[in-house]
Amino acid sequence: MTAIGDEFKRTPVSEPSLALVVRHFVTSHVLFVVGAVVFTVIVICALFAPWVATHDPIAIVFADKLEPPSLDHLMGTDSLGRDIFSRVMFGARTSLMVGVVVTGLAILIGLPIGLLSGYFGGRVDTVLMRFSDVFLAFPPLLLPIAITAALGSGLINAMFALAVSWFPWYARIMRGSVIRVKNELYISAARAMGVSHTRTMIRHVVPNALTPVVVQGSMDFGYTILAAASLSFIGIGAQPPRMEWGLMAALSRSKFLDFWWTVTFPGLAIFVTVLAVNLLGDGIRDMLDPKHKEFR
Amino acid sequence: MSRPMLSVNGLSVDFPELGRTVQAVRGCDLEVGEGEIMGLVGESGSGKSVTAMACLGLVPPPGQVRGEIVLDGFQVVGRKESELTRVRGELAAMIFQNPGKALNPFFTVGRQIADVLKHHRAINDHAAREIVLGAFRTVHLPDPDITFEKYPHQLSGGQLQRAMIAMALTCEPKLLIADEPTTALDVTIQAQVVVLLRELAATRGLSILFITHDLGVIAALCDRVAVMYAGTVVEQGPVADVLGRPLHPYTAKLLDSVPKLGMGKAELTAIPGQVPDMGSLPPGCAFQPRCERASEQCRQHDPVARSFGGGRLAACFHVEDAPELGDDRVA
Repeated sequence: MTAIGDEFKRTPVSEPSLALVVRHFVTSHVLFVVGAVVFTVIVICALFAPWVATHDPIAIVFADKLEPPSLDHLMGTDSLGRDIFSRVMFGARTSLMVGVVVTGLAILIGLPIGLLSGYFGGRVDTVLMRFSDVFLAFPPLLLPIAITAALGSGLINAMFALAVSWFPWYARIMRGSVIRVKNELYISAARAMGVSHTRTMIRHVVPNALTPVVVQGSMDFGYTILAAASLSFIGIGAQPPRMEWGLMAALSRSKFLDFWWTVTFPGLAIFVTVLAVNLLGDGIRDMLDPKHKEFR
Repeated sequence: MSRPMLSVNGLSVDFPELGRTVQAVRGCDLEVGEGEIMGLVGESGSGKSVTAMACLGLVPPPGQVRGEIVLDGFQVVGRKESELTRVRGELAAMIFQNPGKALNPFFTVGRQIADVLKHHRAINDHAAREIVLGAFRTVHLPDPDITFEKYPHQLSGGQLQRAMIAMALTCEPKLLIADEPTTALDVTIQAQVVVLLRELAATRGLSILFITHDLGVIAALCDRVAVMYAGTVVEQGPVADVLGRPLHPYTAKLLDSVPKLGMGKAELTAIPGQVPDMGSLPPGCAFQPRCERASEQCRQHDPVARSFGGGRLAACFHVEDAPELGDDRVA
């Protein structure tokens, strides 16, 4: 199916070549492309960690302990002589999983709450929003700490705790977005054509209200990695022998002043991942604007 | 007049606010016959759109609807949501003022119209597409196949309004409620839409309730017209009669405030005062504070619509005092 109307056929224009389309896309979305490339590299590292890693990440070699970065140990070794580069590669698995699970779970809880709350308003809104507000009443990192403390330390509990303390933000963003969309004429038009509430919500409200949630989600993906690393750093998140960047930094923090590479590289991994994800999020926001759909 | 397709009797819509009640519609009576085009004129805030929404059971909360609305034998007021959902689109459909905003920007025009169709009928994608393309042809959209794949922002205002009309027609409703469908369009496009609607009424026997504040469009399109003021119909009757020899002083004033070609700058008159606050209406007739015929009787009692023969109704105590008007008043 050609997408060009008859009115444009009078002056035949040759289809732009693939190379031109790609170049145009790259030059108009530079930051997005940078973010996407870096993020893809991180995902590949995580998926193929056993092949990317130069050493066994859990092999303790006391003879090589606290080696500075070299060609053999790209990021040096830690106090037990384990290769930091290999551990960072394996750590990417944990961090990406944390980002996906926590953000996904938070959206899964928050989105329906915000949707119902914004769409129906009134009493439904009051009940659902006050319920969410309970979770917002605590300082940001205190609630996950409290929940993890109650459930017991460990990565699974930490992820659950983070999702629970994060979902009210999605509920609020979704609610605001839904309220904006539900007053649009096309919602009235859909209702006037006999489309039910459920279908109106799913087909017309959700797609048009989702953009802020997707953008926030892609930003939060980085922050949840950061938050999980913080929990691991203070000792209630991931537990050894699991490889996690925050935990790696925590375990080496007493040696940081003399052996900078022990903390710097796990920290740098967190920084680069969060940055890449944020660039990606920004780009997604620009592209989700329906007026830019010609690129599809 | 033929069998009424839509009949509205004593319709009132109240919106309770803090400490007072806004009466958006108060005692509105209307009838639209089969294949008839009924115009509904009035200023902003006179209750035209709320009346239209009420016909589909779409008055937003906390609005309270009372009275009787019968759509082809189906009583709308007091129905459950699930029953209304079936009626909307099938019995009556609606088109809106701003076609650019009445289509979901997320889906192609064709897809969302086909979607509505599949919602009402058990048919597959291919059959739905064929029906939609047929509807596009009915409303004279050029290149139906291409338009089907376009997003709303890729179409012009006139094309969009045609697409909206096509969407409204897909389920073959008996009544089309058009809420100011020409207001946002260029005059040339306006004329095309008017011609299209007239064609649909003539060929398909479609009844149309056409809401507007444009008396010119009413004159060109409608068979009969009802004039609304402050939530009630103050005058109704055949278009030529009402616009030619208005009985109600408000209709007369409304006609005087329409600019006409060849008119001197000084001749255009505005109605003094403004539309009353629907939360605190004046005593007696709602138009009385702005009316030059107003008497003590008008300040005491709210006039009820009286029949004046020839299908004409007017709610005024002083119809007989109307100054004789020439036929040149027809817009």
